[in-house]
Amino acid sequence: MKFRKIGALVAALGIVAGFALTGCEGSVKSGDEDTTTAAAETEIDADAETTAQDEADADTAAATDKLNVGILYISTKTDGGWSQGHAEGFAKAVESIGADKVQLFEKENVPDTDAQATENAVRTMIEEQNCGLIFATSFGYMETLERLSHDYPDVKFEHCSGFMTSENMDNYFGQIEQARYLSGIVAGYKTESNKIGYVAAQPIPEVIRGCNAFTLGVRSVNPEATVSVKFSMTWFDPGKETETAKALLDEGCDVLAMHQDTPSTLKAAEDAGKFAIGYDLSAAEVVPDAYLTAPLWDWSSYYEHKMNAVMNGTWTIEESWGGMKEGLVALDELTDLVPEEAKAAVEELEPQIAEEGNAFVFAGPLKDQDGNEVCPAGKSLSREEQMEMNYFVEGVLGQIPSN
Amino acid sequence: MNSVSLSIALLLASGIRISTPLILGALGETVTERAGHLNLGVEGMMMLGGALAYTVALHTESVILALLGGMLGAMFGSLVYAFLTVALRANQTVTGLALTTFGVGLGNTIGKLGNGANVPSAVTQFFGKGPLTLNLDGIENKPVIGPVLTFINEAILKHNIFVYLAIILAIILYIFLFKTRAGLHLRAVGESPAAADASGINVNRVKYTGILIGGALAGLAGAYYPLAHIGTWTDNITGGRGWIVVALVIFVRWHPIKAIFGSFLFGLLDIIGLRLPTLFPGVAGLAIFSEYAFNMYPYIMTIIVLIASYIRGRKGWMGPAALGHSYFREER
Repeated sequence: MKFRKIGALVAALGIVAGFALTGCEGSVKSGDEDTTTAAAETEIDADAETTAQDEADADTAAATDKLNVGILYISTKTDGGWSQGHAEGFAKAVESIGADKVQLFEKENVPDTDAQATENAVRTMIEEQNCGLIFATSFGYMETLERLSHDYPDVKFEHCSGFMTSENMDNYFGQIEQARYLSGIVAGYKTESNKIGYVAAQPIPEVIRGCNAFTLGVRSVNPEATVSVKFSMTWFDPGKETETAKALLDEGCDVLAMHQDTPSTLKAAEDAGKFAIGYDLSAAEVVPDAYLTAPLWDWSSYYEHKMNAVMNGTWTIEESWGGMKEGLVALDELTDLVPEEAKAAVEELEPQIAEEGNAFVFAGPLKDQDGNEVCPAGKSLSREEQMEMNYFVEGVLGQIPSN
Repeated sequence: MNSVSLSIALLLASGIRISTPLILGALGETVTERAGHLNLGVEGMMMLGGALAYTVALHTESVILALLGGMLGAMFGSLVYAFLTVALRANQTVTGLALTTFGVGLGNTIGKLGNGANVPSAVTQFFGKGPLTLNLDGIENKPVIGPVLTFINEAILKHNIFVYLAIILAIILYIFLFKTRAGLHLRAVGESPAAADASGINVNRVKYTGILIGGALAGLAGAYYPLAHIGTWTDNITGGRGWIVVALVIFVRWHPIKAIFGSFLFGLLDIIGLRLPTLFPGVAGLAIFSEYAFNMYPYIMTIIVLIASYIRGRKGWMGPAALGHSYFREER
């Protein structure tokens, strides 16, 4: 019995140590949550004192107080892709505004398919952490956020990549297709087999739009080339992404592009001695022998703008949709593996695309896969048409999975 | 060899690649469950194994040490589980779920220390080689034998050593479970620990052994991802396949040899949607061949197997009888 007690003690200690270690992740995750919560509490105390001293000034005191910002991420802040891009944007925004003025309350791994988890996370941020501004950085949070926005009219809500708004809920996204188009030009020059592969995540308009923009870029410089698309049906599964990439490589593709949250596609291309275009983050150091470039996001200036707007009381619904001109979107520096003519073409076109935006990318005449005209010459697809895009353009090989 | 048969060979090869960790994980969980312990922490142990194998590979550039590290990492998780469920008789389901949460978190934390660096080429080159690959120079163009050998070569013989290791381990475990006295003891403990105890078997020792073997195999399954499949670390590298393993063990009815084929079937369903439309463009539009359907089939098949064994009633064996129950020696 004695042995068992000692054993239990050791096991308990081991588990505590383990949780402490996992807690390291937690502390990276929520930026010393404990201290911030403590800070928030003292802040509430301070508020209470102010109220006691001078009730009339309470509102203004709250307004000039530190702004607490709640953020929902679908994966981890170090996923090497989508969420990391957002996390870096928030970090930069805080750095520029000043950590004494804004405080982040970040929650990772909130599944956007789980309305209850989303609601709990948001309510905790507002009711317990006193957040006055909420950013939800994945498409699936949209409906829950819209519903909650009516419950908390004093809180501002910002939703990324959706289309709903309310009195106090705004949405924002960007025209990454500009950079996708330019990366297509790179692929169009680089390919020798004239077969380019595209590892796509889920069959939703955002992904389809990106693939179409890429293909239009490819075909603008290499009308012979085709883009084969395969859907992995997941945002985040390194094993499945690797096999999707290998399926494309086995079909003879020599340049791969992707719309996924991990760099597995690029790794598979490098292992096969082929080339790859990333997404979200530069992978120049991860796959130096394969990496050509990547469409990148830089959310920092938008986040800074919105945080300032809430603090100044100038927050409005903007449905922001910036591009390269606004600095929200960029193409990563082209590596030495990119042919000179591609570099020249990208350099020449970049200012024009930045100026004209997605109207340049999706300018008519455009044909879908089956040869039907979807946009006549002299016109461009409207924002709504782009947001609802559910067909592939000419030059794409592959089908959109249907259920 | 024409392009269709080559495509089929490559389809099978892809299925084998993605099913190898499933075989290893399923073998481990089979042994654990045969000893009467339901360990739902496979996902956590695979993550621990993967993270440790990756970290050791980065620092030592040694294949053997990386594999050992992966096994030991997962065995640490299974030891915690074993202590809680065997010695303290904690609820196995809850403990297993806790082990998953714990293992995934700790695994991601450890894996992240490598900053996404690539696994050293000494290790990836070892796993890049196919030890059984045939050299077909000169035979390739002969009639009949040429295409057949090429097909077998592309589909089955070009894999890394992990694949063959998994199959060899399945055979060894089969012999261990069904042909040795120790295996009989393990199964006896899983069916009726009281009877086993009465016949002089050290029940707790057998349970610890079964759970730790399960951990070691889950560790190998996890190690497969960074070492042989992806070549680097990313968060949640196993992609939730630890859960598939739990369903798989029921699907193959706790049998090591069937685990090979069951895993291959599950793996094939995972990737078939990527290659089928290119192979047979006609079928791509059919709902039963859609990506959504393929994601669903493994679970449907598991449910069918469960229902089938239930309908067969008392003749249909529903798994180790004492699975999930703690053993109290004094209890009658």
